[in-house]
Amino acid sequence: MYAVTSLLFLLVGFLLILVIRWQLAYPGEPLPFLGELFGVANAPGGIILPEFYNQLGAMHGTIMVFLGVVPLAVGAFGNYIVPLQIGAPDMAFPRLNLASYWFYLAGGIVMLVSFFVPGGAANNGWTSYAPLSDLAPGMGQTLWLGGMGLLIFSSLLGAVNFITTIIQLRAPGLTWFRLPFFVWSQFITSFLLLLAFPALQAAAILQAMDRLAGTSFFLPSGLAVAGQALNVAGAGNALLWQHLFWFLAHPEVYVLILPAMGIVAEIIANNTRKPLWGYRLMVYSVFVLGFLSFIVWAHHMFLTGMGTTISAFFQATTMIISIPSVVILSSLILSLYGGSIRFTSPMLFALAFLPMFGIGGLTGLPLGLATTDIPLHDTNYVVGHFHYLVAPGTIFALFAGIYYWFPRVTGRMMNDTLARIHFVGSLICMNVIFMPMFIQGLAGVNRRLWDGGASYEHAQGVLALNIPMSHAAFTLGFFQLFFIVNLFVSVKRGRKVDANPWQATTLEWSPAGAPLRAYRDPYEYSVPGALTDFTPQGEAKP
Amino acid sequence: MPNGVAVHADPHGVADHAHAHHPALQHHFQTLEQQHEASTLGMWIFLVTEVMFFGGLLMAYLLYRVWYPTAWSEGSLELDIYLGGFNTVVLIGSSLTMAFGVRAAQTGEQKATVRWLLLTIALGLTFLVVKGFEYHHKYELNHIPGPNFHFEGPFASQVEIFLSLYFGLTGLHALHMIIGCVMMGVITWMAHKGRFSPEWYTPVELAGLYWHFVDIVWIFLFPLLYLVDRAHQLS
Repeated sequence: MYAVTSLLFLLVGFLLILVIRWQLAYPGEPLPFLGELFGVANAPGGIILPEFYNQLGAMHGTIMVFLGVVPLAVGAFGNYIVPLQIGAPDMAFPRLNLASYWFYLAGGIVMLVSFFVPGGAANNGWTSYAPLSDLAPGMGQTLWLGGMGLLIFSSLLGAVNFITTIIQLRAPGLTWFRLPFFVWSQFITSFLLLLAFPALQAAAILQAMDRLAGTSFFLPSGLAVAGQALNVAGAGNALLWQHLFWFLAHPEVYVLILPAMGIVAEIIANNTRKPLWGYRLMVYSVFVLGFLSFIVWAHHMFLTGMGTTISAFFQATTMIISIPSVVILSSLILSLYGGSIRFTSPMLFALAFLPMFGIGGLTGLPLGLATTDIPLHDTNYVVGHFHYLVAPGTIFALFAGIYYWFPRVTGRMMNDTLARIHFVGSLICMNVIFMPMFIQGLAGVNRRLWDGGASYEHAQGVLALNIPMSHAAFTLGFFQLFFIVNLFVSVKRGRKVDANPWQATTLEWSPAGAPLRAYRDPYEYSVPGALTDFTPQGEAKP
Repeated sequence: MPNGVAVHADPHGVADHAHAHHPALQHHFQTLEQQHEASTLGMWIFLVTEVMFFGGLLMAYLLYRVWYPTAWSEGSLELDIYLGGFNTVVLIGSSLTMAFGVRAAQTGEQKATVRWLLLTIALGLTFLVVKGFEYHHKYELNHIPGPNFHFEGPFASQVEIFLSLYFGLTGLHALHMIIGCVMMGVITWMAHKGRFSPEWYTPVELAGLYWHFVDIVWIFLFPLLYLVDRAHQLS
């Protein structure tokens, strides 16, 4: 349920960005085939209006993050795999789980419906910065706030359930340091959801009061729009929104990446046929990462005029938080060393995750330092940076997870050839899309421009890049068809396999009906003297 | 998906569950104690999110209070300290009756449980009614933020922020109270039907945890909103 719904939302979010990519490559030219469908108010004659463009941008971000990746990584993989990996019969609160799903679906429907109300969907970016969002006409932004409220509540219920389940329902013998790394990553992710999301809930209520009840929490005095002084009480402060928003949204970044790291770690251990290098170190790093993620948020706000002392603090914490990330990434790379690597389709995605995440991470360092962030802020460089983390980073890991656990869910394998085509096509296309963003950003092209920068002199030199980028995006869409077809065909026609097709060690691959009990560490591959090159956790020691 | 299905349909699919056990025990728990521990833990974790939620709002309070100290003093003096104080006593009293209720459920005194829970609900409703009078008074004075807001003095718009926070914070607290009262109503009904016993009284305890939390929120809100600058009234 979770998986199917979130995959659908990922598709919706992706289609929105394809429309945007058309507009960026061919600003002002009518969108072929589909353009007329959006209606006169949004795209007369198929030409996308700037207002509609802004809606597409805001909703792309919102849908991808809150309706696509988080529900897939946490809701689907977490809910399905975590209880299996810890040998629990079920999640601790099944009804809470169901409620969480319905809140999620309701939030998603509210978001989609907002496209059809007068004035259209929210168009203030996924960050919904005040005062712009406070004053935005129409119902779109209000519905966005309501939808976010439902989604946050869904995530909170989920987090409560995960933490309780992992603490209370581990199988006998499954001590903390015998937990698969994926479970650890979900455990810390749940804490991030638990502690970060309520801040946005509070901020959303304040913004809703501003929009509906006439308060002015985020509206400063003397505000004028188009030369007209506004009739609001004022005395509010727009920066408060940014603080509350980023207090959520920075930990949210780690909510997106930690489950991905967990999936990749499982697949690497399985396909190198050796234990993870530095398992304990990785667990400690995830803890540090989770903790530090709460004290770096203002590095999104270097341009707000904060003093040098505060900015020095946030620059320091930002540099420090890169250490545990690097520890985890290095451990994963070192795990490859000396392994007898099987290049299965999930392993290909997991391997690609490593350099892609590396590029995304390294390009983040200049953004974490105020001096270099100031010229790069709000340019396509930033867009390139975080897309490397979430698209060929997290989404690749999610694909890897789908290929890896598909036989656990359906008892059938996914088609290997189609998966390889999907992999190669996606890898090339994603790099062609995102790599030029760094070049454009360094040239100073801002993000979220309706014409992709055509009206700016400094953008002319790098404008031509928009065309291959957009075509790569359309091609990327084409290659996803291989995945979609593979998914549907394999459910019915995939090769049937036994309970443990990958010859894995963790408990989710135990034969059906076997008593759930753990006797050993999670990744006992290639144990000297063992009969096979894998020794399941559930196998008693002689 | 195997998860997320209501649990009572076939709790004993596995053969080794032939013996009868407590009707409240869900199939994925080994014992009632484990189920009780898991539920209580879940409630505590949920309360953590509530702390963070009110924490976000209090963050807004803190910033504006530092920026607008005079307006905070003026705005706070507008609030009715007697009604607020009365409500504080009512709410602390309701925590006491709630604690007695949980105790009665633990010892299996069914009638006493129902009685204490009803008393708790009554105190909660008293709080809400008094709060309603306070809100109405504010309405008559045009102290509701928005286009009709009226306040004399140079700090009018800053006092409006204070009162916006007052309504936001107390309103959300009241919403929690209403949810609490409804929840308590269901629990009272269950207690009346004799569902609880010294072996299993988890819902009563969870409702208690929630109720005490809502109380504590008020213990923070009362001084933060009503007692900003009352010291000179004492002299």
